[in-house]
Amino acid sequence: MKGVRFWGTRGSLPVALTAAGLGHKLREVLRAARGQPIATDADIERLLGGLPFALAGTYGGHSSCVQIQIDDTGGGADYVLCDMGSGLRAFGQAAMAERGGKAQTFHIFMSHLHWDHIMGLPFFVPGFIPGNRVIVYGSHRELEFALRRQQEPPSFPVGLDIIFEGRVEFRHLEPGVAHEVAGLHVTTMLQRHAGDSYGYRFESAGKVLVYSTDSEHPLADPAHTERFVHFFRDADLVIFDAMYSLADAISFKADWGHSSNVVGVELCQLANVRHLCMTHHEPVFDDTAIEAVLAETRRLEEITRGATALRVSAAYDGLELAL
Amino acid sequence: MHVTTHQFADTLVVAPTGRIDHRSAAELEATLLPLLAGAAERQGALVLDFAEVEYISSVGLRVLMIAARQMRAAQARLSVAALQSVVAEIFSISRFDKVLVVHATLDEALAQASDAALAAYRARRTA
Repeated sequence: MKGVRFWGTRGSLPVALTAAGLGHKLREVLRAARGQPIATDADIERLLGGLPFALAGTYGGHSSCVQIQIDDTGGGADYVLCDMGSGLRAFGQAAMAERGGKAQTFHIFMSHLHWDHIMGLPFFVPGFIPGNRVIVYGSHRELEFALRRQQEPPSFPVGLDIIFEGRVEFRHLEPGVAHEVAGLHVTTMLQRHAGDSYGYRFESAGKVLVYSTDSEHPLADPAHTERFVHFFRDADLVIFDAMYSLADAISFKADWGHSSNVVGVELCQLANVRHLCMTHHEPVFDDTAIEAVLAETRRLEEITRGATALRVSAAYDGLELAL
Repeated sequence: MHVTTHQFADTLVVAPTGRIDHRSAAELEATLLPLLAGAAERQGALVLDFAEVEYISSVGLRVLMIAARQMRAAQARLSVAALQSVVAEIFSISRFDKVLVVHATLDEALAQASDAALAAYRARRTA
């Protein structure tokens, strides 16, 4: 386990940068370029490298999908992913380009079965190719039912068996029980979300990755907090649902099943986590809003820091993080 | 954590000290709830004087959210005053500055509460 790559980072439903949003960025970039050298490609790269990410890039808009990058010295390791949001389609295209027609196995761990986390499967091209295997893991009893139903009429024109011809398999994971998959030691934990969600803790060769999205944290329950601190304990990276502000999460969005940047920092500090990466971004937020949340969260970490610093990032489609 | 209270005319000032975190938030909640009930019954104002509060965590902020709801339901007024800079930043980052009435100073909070409360506070301060 050497790192992760994010293919989908948006919460609830995918979003796209609009023409107006792109126009705003272009105007701001051109303003920033006034008086700067832009004659060469190196000049342009230097200029863009000095601009805020919210201006020179975008946090993207696919719904949840994260690839766990496996040590792959032989070039043939299985692929491992968390969730099958719309980002899975882009991942599938990249996997096809990377390894061409060679038979591959894809292990996909599901946090839960809401639309934004399953909608990528019908468009997962590697699953169409004979010889490939797609193994879907989850702790919901309705795992297979939900994925079949998604592709039934009148919601979708082609059924799961017709597209994938038996190449999709389903494996139930008992929460709290350790499993070995693709060289990873995997444990799952029940999280608070409508219809339940599950967090994943992956361990391999001394590295620890936690994937914890769509998870609400009731602040008045110390046992809940302790359970999560234990689950996050000493992780190298925690991928965390920070969709709402704390005030929203405990007022009119209470019981909506999501968390905040403030609780993310607190849990990671209590658990001695090395790196917190916020994801499942609120779909109404534009790039500037997400970047502002990131800056504020880094500041919160700074003013509440204990003995060790916690690195804080905001995920975007295409971001790669080393473990 | 230590909490002191002072009644100024129709306004109760509650002043906690130290850190309000997962260790002390329950204590603050237990102290605050009957005071809130009393202020709500009188439909008066309650000001939380945070001048001596060094830090507040999400669990502590939850207590303030409960307090605000309780006072709003009784059409009574709640405000927070005199935040230290770190606490003010936490209010801003958590967006609690958008859901609670925050005043820069206790004078300002009491002036907003009532003329009688401000006069009583100033009289006590100069006594």
